[in-house]
Amino acid sequence: MTVPEDLLYTNEHEWVRVEGDVAVVGITDYAQGELGDVVFVELPAVGTAVKQADAFGTIEAVKAVSDLFAPASGEVVEVNPLLTDAPETVNKDPYGEGWMVKVRLSSAGELANLLKADAYKQLVG
Amino acid sequence: METRKTALYDVHQQAGAKLVEFAGYYMPIQYRGIIEEHRRVRTTVGLFDVSHMGEFIVKGPNAEAFLQKITINDVSKVDVRQVQYSAMCYPEGGIVDDLLIYRFPDHYLMVVNAANLDKDWEWANRHLIGGVTLTNESDRYSLLALQGPMAQKTLQKLTALDLNKIDYYWLDEAEAAGVPMMISRTGYTGELGYELMMPNESAVKVWKAVMAAGAEFDIEPIGLGARDTLRLEMKYCLYGNDIDQTTNPLEAGLGWITKLNKGEFISREALLQIKAAGLKRKLIGFDMPGRAFPRHGYAIYSGGERVGVVTSGTFSPSLEKGIGTGYVPVELAAVGTPLEIEIRNSRMPATVCETPFYKK
Repeated sequence: MTVPEDLLYTNEHEWVRVEGDVAVVGITDYAQGELGDVVFVELPAVGTAVKQADAFGTIEAVKAVSDLFAPASGEVVEVNPLLTDAPETVNKDPYGEGWMVKVRLSSAGELANLLKADAYKQLVG
Repeated sequence: METRKTALYDVHQQAGAKLVEFAGYYMPIQYRGIIEEHRRVRTTVGLFDVSHMGEFIVKGPNAEAFLQKITINDVSKVDVRQVQYSAMCYPEGGIVDDLLIYRFPDHYLMVVNAANLDKDWEWANRHLIGGVTLTNESDRYSLLALQGPMAQKTLQKLTALDLNKIDYYWLDEAEAAGVPMMISRTGYTGELGYELMMPNESAVKVWKAVMAAGAEFDIEPIGLGARDTLRLEMKYCLYGNDIDQTTNPLEAGLGWITKLNKGEFISREALLQIKAAGLKRKLIGFDMPGRAFPRHGYAIYSGGERVGVVTSGTFSPSLEKGIGTGYVPVELAAVGTPLEIEIRNSRMPATVCETPFYKK
Protein backbone atom coordinates (compact mmCIF):
# COMPACT_ATOMS: atom_id res chain seq x y z
CA MET A 1 0.00 0.00 0.00
CA THR A 2 1.51 3.30 -1.04
CA VAL A 3 0.95 6.78 0.41
CA PRO A 4 2.80 9.37 -1.71
CA GLU A 5 4.50 12.06 0.37
CA ASP A 6 3.49 14.96 -1.88
CA LEU A 7 -0.29 14.54 -1.57
CA LEU A 8 -2.89 15.62 0.98
CA TYR A 9 -5.53 13.21 2.28
CA THR A 10 -9.01 13.09 3.80
CA ASN A 11 -10.21 10.85 6.61
CA GLU A 12 -12.48 9.23 4.00
CA HIS A 13 -9.50 8.12 1.88
CA GLU A 14 -9.50 10.68 -0.93
CA TRP A 15 -6.21 12.23 -2.03
CA VAL A 16 -5.52 15.70 -3.41
CA ARG A 17 -2.70 16.94 -5.60
CA VAL A 18 -2.59 20.74 -5.60
CA GLU A 19 -1.59 22.20 -8.98
CA GLY A 20 -1.81 25.99 -8.69
CA ASP A 21 -5.45 26.83 -7.90
CA VAL A 22 -6.68 23.41 -9.03
CA ALA A 23 -6.95 20.28 -6.88
CA VAL A 24 -6.72 16.89 -8.59
CA VAL A 25 -8.79 14.38 -6.59
CA GLY A 26 -8.80 10.59 -6.42
CA ILE A 27 -9.05 7.77 -3.90
CA THR A 28 -6.08 6.24 -2.13
CA ASP A 29 -4.40 2.91 -2.74
CA TYR A 30 -5.74 1.78 0.63
CA ALA A 31 -9.30 2.71 -0.42
CA GLN A 32 -9.14 0.90 -3.75
CA GLY A 33 -7.75 -2.18 -1.98
CA GLU A 34 -10.56 -2.17 0.57
CA LEU A 35 -13.23 -1.65 -2.10
CA GLY A 36 -11.95 -4.33 -4.45
CA ASP A 37 -12.77 -4.39 -8.17
CA VAL A 38 -14.27 -1.04 -9.13
CA VAL A 39 -17.06 -1.38 -11.71
CA PHE A 40 -18.52 2.13 -11.84
CA VAL A 41 -17.56 5.63 -10.82
CA GLU A 42 -20.33 8.23 -10.80
CA LEU A 43 -18.88 11.74 -11.02
CA PRO A 44 -20.43 15.23 -11.18
CA ALA A 45 -20.59 17.19 -14.44
CA VAL A 46 -18.06 19.90 -15.24
CA GLY A 47 -19.30 23.13 -13.70
CA THR A 48 -20.77 21.51 -10.60
CA ALA A 49 -19.98 23.25 -7.32
CA VAL A 50 -18.69 20.94 -4.62
CA LYS A 51 -18.26 21.64 -0.92
CA GLN A 52 -15.53 20.32 1.34
CA ALA A 53 -16.59 17.12 3.14
CA ASP A 54 -19.82 16.76 1.14
CA ALA A 55 -20.44 13.78 -1.12
CA PHE A 56 -19.68 14.60 -4.76
CA GLY A 57 -19.97 11.17 -6.35
CA THR A 58 -20.11 7.44 -5.74
CA ILE A 59 -17.89 4.50 -6.46
CA GLU A 60 -19.28 1.01 -7.00
CA ALA A 61 -17.20 -2.10 -6.48
CA VAL A 62 -18.50 -5.62 -7.02
CA LYS A 63 -19.33 -6.01 -3.35
CA ALA A 64 -20.03 -2.51 -2.14
CA VAL A 65 -20.82 1.09 -2.95
CA SER A 66 -19.20 4.11 -1.31
CA ASP A 67 -19.66 7.86 -1.42
CA LEU A 68 -16.83 10.08 -2.60
CA PHE A 69 -16.25 13.14 -0.43
CA ALA A 70 -14.89 16.42 -1.71
CA PRO A 71 -11.54 17.24 -0.09
CA ALA A 72 -12.04 20.95 -0.79
CA SER A 73 -14.69 23.37 -2.03
CA GLY A 74 -14.76 24.71 -5.56
CA GLU A 75 -15.98 24.11 -9.08
CA VAL A 76 -15.41 20.92 -11.04
CA VAL A 77 -13.36 21.89 -14.09
CA GLU A 78 -12.48 18.45 -15.44
CA VAL A 79 -13.72 14.86 -15.01
CA ASN A 80 -11.55 11.87 -15.89
CA PRO A 81 -13.13 10.53 -19.11
CA LEU A 82 -11.20 7.26 -18.86
CA LEU A 83 -13.25 6.04 -15.90
CA THR A 84 -16.50 5.79 -17.88
CA ASP A 85 -15.33 2.75 -19.84
CA ALA A 86 -12.41 1.64 -17.69
CA PRO A 87 -13.43 2.11 -14.04
CA GLU A 88 -10.89 -0.57 -13.08
CA THR A 89 -8.20 2.08 -13.71
CA VAL A 90 -8.92 3.22 -10.14
CA ASN A 91 -7.61 -0.16 -8.92
CA LYS A 92 -4.64 -0.24 -11.27
CA ASP A 93 -3.31 3.28 -10.82
CA PRO A 94 -5.16 5.11 -8.03
CA TYR A 95 -2.73 8.06 -7.84
CA GLY A 96 -2.17 8.43 -11.58
CA GLU A 97 -4.51 7.46 -14.44
CA GLY A 98 -7.23 6.71 -11.89
CA TRP A 99 -7.73 10.33 -10.83
CA MET A 100 -11.40 11.38 -10.70
CA VAL A 101 -12.01 15.12 -10.86
CA LYS A 102 -10.16 18.43 -10.94
CA VAL A 103 -11.64 21.17 -8.77
CA ARG A 104 -10.84 24.90 -9.02
CA LEU A 105 -10.39 25.80 -5.38
CA SER A 106 -12.67 28.51 -4.00
CA SER A 107 -11.06 28.68 -0.56
CA ALA A 108 -7.52 27.37 -0.58
CA GLY A 109 -7.36 27.85 3.19
CA GLU A 110 -9.49 24.71 3.56
CA LEU A 111 -6.51 22.60 2.52
CA ALA A 112 -5.20 23.09 6.05
CA ASN A 113 -7.98 20.74 7.21
CA LEU A 114 -6.50 17.83 5.22
CA LEU A 115 -4.04 15.22 6.42
CA LYS A 116 -0.40 15.07 5.40
CA ALA A 117 1.02 11.73 4.29
CA ASP A 118 2.39 10.82 7.75
CA ALA A 119 -0.96 11.44 9.41
CA TYR A 120 -2.79 9.47 6.72
CA LYS A 121 -0.36 6.56 7.11
CA GLN A 122 -1.21 6.50 10.80
CA LEU A 123 -4.92 6.53 10.01
CA VAL A 124 -4.74 3.44 7.83
CA GLY A 125 -2.13 1.83 10.04
CA MET B 1 -16.63 -14.06 21.30
CA GLU B 2 -13.16 -14.29 19.86
CA THR B 3 -12.97 -14.55 16.09
CA ARG B 4 -11.82 -18.01 15.08
CA LYS B 5 -9.49 -19.29 12.41
CA THR B 6 -10.02 -22.20 10.08
CA ALA B 7 -7.24 -24.78 9.72
CA LEU B 8 -6.23 -22.95 6.52
CA TYR B 9 -5.82 -19.47 8.01
CA ASP B 10 -2.04 -19.37 7.54
CA VAL B 11 -2.32 -20.74 4.01
CA HIS B 12 -4.76 -17.93 3.13
CA GLN B 13 -2.47 -15.30 4.60
CA GLN B 14 0.47 -16.61 2.61
CA ALA B 15 -1.68 -16.53 -0.53
CA GLY B 16 -2.34 -12.83 0.03
CA ALA B 17 -5.99 -13.17 0.99
CA LYS B 18 -7.95 -10.30 2.41
CA LEU B 19 -9.38 -11.92 5.53
CA VAL B 20 -12.57 -10.56 7.06
CA GLU B 21 -14.71 -11.68 9.94
CA PHE B 22 -17.64 -13.73 8.73
CA ALA B 23 -19.91 -15.80 10.97
CA GLY B 24 -17.32 -15.76 13.74
CA TYR B 25 -14.38 -16.79 11.54
CA TYR B 26 -11.63 -14.98 9.72
CA MET B 27 -12.50 -15.93 6.16
CA PRO B 28 -10.87 -15.01 2.85
CA ILE B 29 -13.15 -12.53 1.06
CA GLN B 30 -10.79 -12.32 -1.91
CA TYR B 31 -7.24 -13.09 -3.03
CA ARG B 32 -6.53 -11.44 -6.41
CA GLY B 33 -9.90 -9.79 -6.95
CA ILE B 34 -13.50 -10.94 -7.13
CA ILE B 35 -13.93 -10.56 -10.90
CA GLU B 36 -10.81 -12.53 -11.75
CA GLU B 37 -11.62 -15.25 -9.22
CA HIS B 38 -15.19 -15.47 -10.50
CA ARG B 39 -14.03 -15.91 -14.10
CA ARG B 40 -11.50 -18.51 -13.08
CA VAL B 41 -14.23 -20.71 -11.63
CA ARG B 42 -16.42 -20.21 -14.72
CA THR B 43 -13.59 -20.99 -17.14
CA THR B 44 -11.23 -23.45 -15.41
CA VAL B 45 -11.10 -24.26 -11.68
CA GLY B 46 -10.89 -22.67 -8.25
CA LEU B 47 -10.56 -23.86 -4.66
CA PHE B 48 -12.60 -22.47 -1.76
CA ASP B 49 -12.21 -22.90 1.99
CA VAL B 50 -15.74 -23.18 3.37
CA SER B 51 -14.74 -24.69 6.69
CA HIS B 52 -16.88 -22.17 8.54
CA MET B 53 -19.94 -24.23 7.55
CA GLY B 54 -21.48 -26.27 10.37
CA GLU B 55 -21.63 -30.07 10.48
CA PHE B 56 -24.09 -32.05 12.61
CA ILE B 57 -24.06 -35.84 12.65
CA VAL B 58 -27.38 -37.63 13.14
CA LYS B 59 -27.21 -41.28 14.22
CA GLY B 60 -29.56 -43.88 15.60
CA PRO B 61 -32.59 -45.92 14.57
CA ASN B 62 -34.83 -42.84 14.41
CA ALA B 63 -32.42 -40.60 12.50
CA GLU B 64 -34.59 -40.59 9.40
CA ALA B 65 -37.76 -39.88 11.36
CA PHE B 66 -36.05 -37.00 13.15
CA LEU B 67 -34.88 -35.44 9.87
CA GLN B 68 -38.34 -35.94 8.36
CA LYS B 69 -39.74 -33.96 11.30
CA ILE B 70 -37.38 -30.99 11.16
CA THR B 71 -36.78 -30.64 7.40
CA ILE B 72 -39.18 -29.96 4.54
CA ASN B 73 -37.78 -32.24 1.83
CA ASP B 74 -38.52 -35.98 1.81
CA VAL B 75 -35.61 -37.69 3.57
CA SER B 76 -37.05 -41.15 2.82
CA LYS B 77 -36.09 -40.57 -0.83
CA VAL B 78 -32.39 -40.16 -0.01
CA ASP B 79 -30.34 -43.25 -0.80
CA VAL B 80 -27.12 -44.18 0.93
CA ARG B 81 -24.41 -41.88 -0.49
CA GLN B 82 -26.94 -39.43 -1.82
CA VAL B 83 -27.15 -35.72 -0.94
CA GLN B 84 -30.31 -33.66 -0.60
CA TYR B 85 -30.91 -29.91 -0.51
CA SER B 86 -33.48 -29.04 2.12
CA ALA B 87 -34.56 -26.47 4.69
CA MET B 88 -35.78 -26.31 8.26
CA CYS B 89 -38.83 -24.15 8.87
CA TYR B 90 -40.61 -22.64 11.86
CA PRO B 91 -44.19 -23.76 12.59
CA GLU B 92 -45.39 -20.50 10.95
CA GLY B 93 -43.55 -21.36 7.72
CA GLY B 94 -40.56 -19.00 8.01
CA ILE B 95 -37.16 -20.51 7.32
CA VAL B 96 -34.74 -21.49 10.12
CA ASP B 97 -31.99 -22.36 7.65
CA ASP B 98 -31.33 -24.11 4.37
CA LEU B 99 -28.98 -27.07 4.45
CA LEU B 100 -27.63 -30.17 2.78
CA ILE B 101 -28.34 -33.64 4.12
CA TYR B 102 -25.79 -36.36 3.28
CA ARG B 103 -26.66 -40.00 3.84
CA PHE B 104 -23.87 -42.37 4.88
CA PRO B 105 -24.29 -46.11 5.49
CA ASP B 106 -24.83 -45.66 9.23
CA HIS B 107 -25.63 -42.00 9.76
CA TYR B 108 -26.72 -38.69 8.24
CA LEU B 109 -24.71 -35.48 8.04
CA MET B 110 -26.34 -32.04 8.09
CA VAL B 111 -24.25 -29.20 6.67
CA VAL B 112 -25.68 -25.87 7.80
CA ASN B 113 -24.86 -22.20 7.35
CA ALA B 114 -22.12 -20.90 9.61
CA ALA B 115 -24.07 -17.79 10.56
CA ASN B 116 -26.95 -20.00 11.76
CA LEU B 117 -24.93 -22.65 13.53
CA ASP B 118 -25.94 -21.85 17.13
CA LYS B 119 -29.56 -21.26 16.20
CA ASP B 120 -29.74 -24.50 14.17
CA TRP B 121 -28.11 -26.51 16.95
CA GLU B 122 -30.59 -25.16 19.47
CA TRP B 123 -33.50 -25.77 17.08
CA ALA B 124 -32.48 -29.34 16.26
CA ASN B 125 -31.98 -30.19 19.93
CA ARG B 126 -35.32 -28.68 20.91
CA HIS B 127 -37.05 -31.05 18.48
CA LEU B 128 -34.88 -34.08 19.15
CA ILE B 129 -36.72 -37.41 19.47
CA GLY B 130 -35.75 -40.67 21.15
CA GLY B 131 -33.47 -43.06 19.33
CA VAL B 132 -31.37 -40.27 17.84
CA THR B 133 -27.88 -39.12 18.75
CA LEU B 134 -27.10 -35.63 17.52
CA THR B 135 -23.52 -34.36 17.65
CA ASN B 136 -22.02 -31.07 16.56
CA GLU B 137 -18.81 -31.87 14.67
CA SER B 138 -18.32 -28.40 13.24
CA ASP B 139 -15.01 -27.85 15.04
CA ARG B 140 -13.51 -31.12 13.84
CA TYR B 141 -13.97 -30.91 10.10
CA SER B 142 -12.74 -28.74 7.29
CA LEU B 143 -14.70 -28.33 4.08
CA LEU B 144 -13.14 -27.42 0.74
CA ALA B 145 -15.03 -26.71 -2.46
CA LEU B 146 -13.28 -27.43 -5.76
CA GLN B 147 -15.35 -25.85 -8.53
CA GLY B 148 -15.06 -25.27 -12.25
CA PRO B 149 -14.95 -27.14 -15.58
CA MET B 150 -11.50 -28.56 -14.69
CA ALA B 151 -12.49 -29.65 -11.16
CA GLN B 152 -12.84 -33.31 -12.04
CA LYS B 153 -9.56 -33.48 -13.95
CA THR B 154 -7.82 -31.81 -11.02
CA LEU B 155 -9.23 -34.09 -8.33
CA GLN B 156 -8.88 -37.25 -10.40
CA LYS B 157 -5.11 -36.85 -10.25
CA LEU B 158 -5.25 -37.28 -6.47
CA THR B 159 -7.53 -40.27 -6.05
CA ALA B 160 -7.93 -43.84 -7.28
CA LEU B 161 -11.70 -43.46 -7.04
CA ASP B 162 -13.30 -43.07 -10.48
CA LEU B 163 -14.97 -39.68 -10.16
CA ASN B 164 -17.23 -40.45 -13.12
CA LYS B 165 -19.07 -42.72 -10.70
CA ILE B 166 -20.17 -39.83 -8.49
CA ASP B 167 -23.27 -38.23 -10.01
CA TYR B 168 -24.55 -34.75 -9.19
CA TYR B 169 -25.67 -34.68 -5.55
CA TRP B 170 -24.07 -38.01 -4.65
CA LEU B 171 -21.02 -38.70 -2.48
CA ASP B 172 -18.39 -41.27 -1.78
CA GLU B 173 -15.76 -41.90 0.86
CA ALA B 174 -12.28 -42.35 -0.51
CA GLU B 175 -8.68 -41.42 -0.12
CA ALA B 176 -7.46 -38.38 -2.00
CA ALA B 177 -3.98 -36.88 -1.61
CA GLY B 178 -3.43 -39.73 0.87
CA VAL B 179 -6.18 -38.48 3.17
CA PRO B 180 -9.45 -40.36 3.82
CA MET B 181 -12.28 -37.93 3.11
CA MET B 182 -15.82 -37.46 1.93
CA ILE B 183 -16.11 -36.38 -1.69
CA SER B 184 -19.48 -35.08 -2.82
CA ARG B 185 -20.41 -33.72 -6.21
CA THR B 186 -22.00 -30.58 -4.88
CA GLY B 187 -21.32 -26.88 -4.89
CA TYR B 188 -22.67 -23.35 -4.83
CA THR B 189 -21.40 -22.05 -8.17
CA GLY B 190 -23.37 -23.76 -10.93
CA GLU B 191 -20.17 -25.37 -12.24
CA LEU B 192 -19.00 -28.96 -12.20
CA GLY B 193 -17.44 -29.39 -8.80
CA TYR B 194 -16.82 -31.29 -5.63
CA GLU B 195 -16.84 -30.62 -1.93
CA LEU B 196 -14.25 -32.37 0.19
CA MET B 197 -14.69 -32.91 3.91
CA MET B 198 -11.78 -34.05 6.05
CA PRO B 199 -10.52 -33.72 9.63
CA ASN B 200 -8.92 -30.32 10.34
CA GLU B 201 -5.46 -31.90 10.78
CA SER B 202 -5.43 -32.93 7.10
CA ALA B 203 -6.85 -29.74 5.59
CA VAL B 204 -3.54 -28.04 4.78
CA LYS B 205 -2.16 -31.20 3.18
CA VAL B 206 -5.24 -31.59 0.98
CA TRP B 207 -5.35 -27.87 0.08
CA LYS B 208 -1.73 -27.92 -1.07
CA ALA B 209 -2.15 -31.17 -3.00
CA VAL B 210 -5.23 -29.84 -4.83
CA MET B 211 -3.51 -26.55 -5.65
CA ALA B 212 -0.53 -28.47 -7.04
CA ALA B 213 -2.73 -30.86 -9.03
CA GLY B 214 -4.66 -27.94 -10.49
CA ALA B 215 -1.58 -25.90 -11.41
CA GLU B 216 -1.70 -27.10 -15.00
CA PHE B 217 -5.27 -25.72 -15.20
CA ASP B 218 -4.28 -22.39 -13.61
CA ILE B 219 -6.16 -23.13 -10.41
CA GLU B 220 -6.41 -20.25 -7.92
CA PRO B 221 -7.86 -19.94 -4.43
CA ILE B 222 -11.28 -18.26 -4.48
CA GLY B 223 -12.76 -16.10 -1.73
CA LEU B 224 -16.25 -15.63 -0.37
CA GLY B 225 -16.73 -12.54 -2.56
CA ALA B 226 -16.67 -14.58 -5.76
CA ARG B 227 -18.62 -17.35 -4.04
CA ASP B 228 -21.44 -14.82 -3.63
CA THR B 229 -21.36 -13.52 -7.23
CA LEU B 230 -21.18 -17.10 -8.56
CA ARG B 231 -24.15 -18.26 -6.51
CA LEU B 232 -26.21 -15.20 -7.34
CA GLU B 233 -25.68 -15.70 -11.10
CA MET B 234 -27.36 -19.10 -10.53
CA LYS B 235 -30.06 -17.54 -8.29
CA TYR B 236 -29.13 -19.89 -5.48
CA CYS B 237 -30.63 -18.54 -2.26
CA LEU B 238 -28.43 -17.06 0.43
CA TYR B 239 -29.78 -17.27 3.97
CA GLY B 240 -29.96 -13.83 5.54
CA ASN B 241 -30.43 -12.21 2.13
CA ASP B 242 -33.03 -14.06 0.07
CA ILE B 243 -34.47 -16.30 2.73
CA ASP B 244 -34.94 -15.89 6.48
CA GLN B 245 -37.49 -16.21 9.26
CA THR B 246 -39.85 -13.81 7.44
CA THR B 247 -39.90 -15.70 4.13
CA ASN B 248 -41.43 -19.07 3.37
CA PRO B 249 -39.94 -21.66 1.00
CA LEU B 250 -42.86 -21.50 -1.44
CA GLU B 251 -42.48 -17.80 -2.22
CA ALA B 252 -38.68 -18.24 -2.25
CA GLY B 253 -38.95 -20.60 -5.23
CA LEU B 254 -38.12 -23.60 -3.05
CA GLY B 255 -41.41 -25.41 -3.72
CA TRP B 256 -39.36 -28.15 -5.36
CA ILE B 257 -37.86 -29.10 -1.98
CA THR B 258 -41.12 -28.61 -0.05
CA LYS B 259 -42.76 -32.04 0.10
CA LEU B 260 -46.13 -31.32 1.66
CA ASN B 261 -47.34 -34.89 1.13
CA LYS B 262 -44.44 -36.69 2.81
CA GLY B 263 -46.28 -36.85 6.16
CA GLU B 264 -46.12 -34.68 9.25
CA PHE B 265 -43.27 -32.20 9.68
CA ILE B 266 -42.71 -28.87 11.39
CA SER B 267 -44.32 -26.08 9.30
CA ARG B 268 -46.49 -28.40 7.19
CA GLU B 269 -49.81 -26.96 8.41
CA ALA B 270 -48.70 -23.39 7.78
CA LEU B 271 -47.26 -24.17 4.35
CA LEU B 272 -50.45 -26.02 3.34
CA GLN B 273 -52.48 -22.95 4.30
CA ILE B 274 -50.10 -20.61 2.48
CA LYS B 275 -50.34 -22.77 -0.61
CA ALA B 276 -54.15 -23.00 -0.43
CA ALA B 277 -54.48 -19.23 0.00
CA GLY B 278 -52.20 -18.63 -2.97
CA LEU B 279 -48.83 -16.93 -2.91
CA LYS B 280 -48.86 -13.16 -2.38
CA ARG B 281 -45.30 -12.55 -3.56
CA LYS B 282 -42.43 -14.34 -5.25
CA LEU B 283 -38.65 -14.16 -5.29
CA ILE B 284 -37.81 -12.97 -8.79
CA GLY B 285 -34.61 -12.21 -10.64
CA PHE B 286 -34.13 -8.95 -12.51
CA ASP B 287 -31.42 -7.34 -14.54
CA MET B 288 -30.54 -3.72 -15.15
CA PRO B 289 -29.13 -2.00 -18.25
CA GLY B 290 -26.11 0.27 -18.11
CA ARG B 291 -23.98 0.85 -15.07
CA ALA B 292 -26.69 0.48 -12.43
CA PHE B 293 -26.08 -2.07 -9.73
CA PRO B 294 -28.71 -3.22 -7.26
CA ARG B 295 -27.79 -3.94 -3.64
CA HIS B 296 -29.39 -5.80 -0.75
CA GLY B 297 -31.98 -3.51 0.83
CA TYR B 298 -32.69 -1.19 -2.12
CA ALA B 299 -36.41 -0.52 -2.73
CA ILE B 300 -38.23 -1.97 -5.75
CA TYR B 301 -40.88 0.23 -7.39
CA SER B 302 -43.58 -0.32 -9.99
CA GLY B 303 -45.76 2.49 -11.34
CA GLY B 304 -44.57 4.88 -8.64
CA GLU B 305 -45.43 2.49 -5.85
CA ARG B 306 -42.99 0.71 -3.59
CA VAL B 307 -43.60 -3.01 -4.19
CA GLY B 308 -40.64 -4.81 -2.65
CA VAL B 309 -37.03 -4.88 -1.57
CA VAL B 310 -33.88 -6.17 -3.26
CA THR B 311 -32.66 -9.22 -1.34
CA SER B 312 -29.42 -9.80 -3.30
CA GLY B 313 -27.75 -7.65 -5.91
CA THR B 314 -24.40 -7.31 -7.55
CA PHE B 315 -22.41 -6.57 -10.66
CA SER B 316 -22.43 -9.86 -12.56
CA PRO B 317 -18.89 -10.63 -13.74
CA SER B 318 -20.20 -13.07 -16.37
CA LEU B 319 -22.94 -10.85 -17.79
CA GLU B 320 -21.20 -7.54 -17.03
CA LYS B 321 -24.36 -5.86 -15.80
CA GLY B 322 -26.35 -5.43 -12.64
CA ILE B 323 -28.41 -8.41 -11.51
CA GLY B 324 -30.54 -8.87 -8.44
CA THR B 325 -33.27 -10.76 -6.66
CA GLY B 326 -36.18 -9.56 -4.60
CA TYR B 327 -39.71 -10.32 -3.54
CA VAL B 328 -42.48 -8.69 -5.61
CA PRO B 329 -46.26 -9.23 -5.72
CA VAL B 330 -47.10 -12.26 -7.91
CA GLU B 331 -48.78 -10.05 -10.52
CA LEU B 332 -45.38 -8.40 -11.12
CA ALA B 333 -43.39 -11.65 -11.20
CA ALA B 334 -43.70 -12.56 -14.90
CA VAL B 335 -40.54 -12.47 -17.00
CA GLY B 336 -40.41 -9.19 -18.92
CA THR B 337 -42.22 -7.12 -16.29
CA PRO B 338 -40.65 -3.66 -15.98
CA LEU B 339 -39.62 -2.58 -12.47
CA GLU B 340 -37.64 0.28 -11.01
CA ILE B 341 -34.89 0.05 -8.41
CA GLU B 342 -34.22 3.04 -6.22
CA ILE B 343 -30.49 3.72 -6.28
CA ARG B 344 -29.35 6.78 -4.34
CA ASN B 345 -32.69 8.60 -4.73
CA SER B 346 -33.16 7.91 -8.42
CA ARG B 347 -35.31 5.15 -9.83
CA MET B 348 -33.45 3.11 -12.40
CA PRO B 349 -35.11 0.71 -14.88
CA ALA B 350 -34.97 -3.04 -14.31
CA THR B 351 -36.71 -6.00 -15.94
CA VAL B 352 -37.82 -9.31 -14.46
CA CYS B 353 -35.66 -11.88 -16.27
CA GLU B 354 -35.18 -15.60 -16.67
CA THR B 355 -33.12 -17.35 -14.03
CA PRO B 356 -30.51 -18.69 -13.58
CA PHE B 357 -29.08 -15.41 -14.82
CA TYR B 358 -26.04 -17.24 -16.13
CA LYS B 359 -26.43 -20.05 -18.64
CA LYS B 360 -23.68 -22.06 -20.26
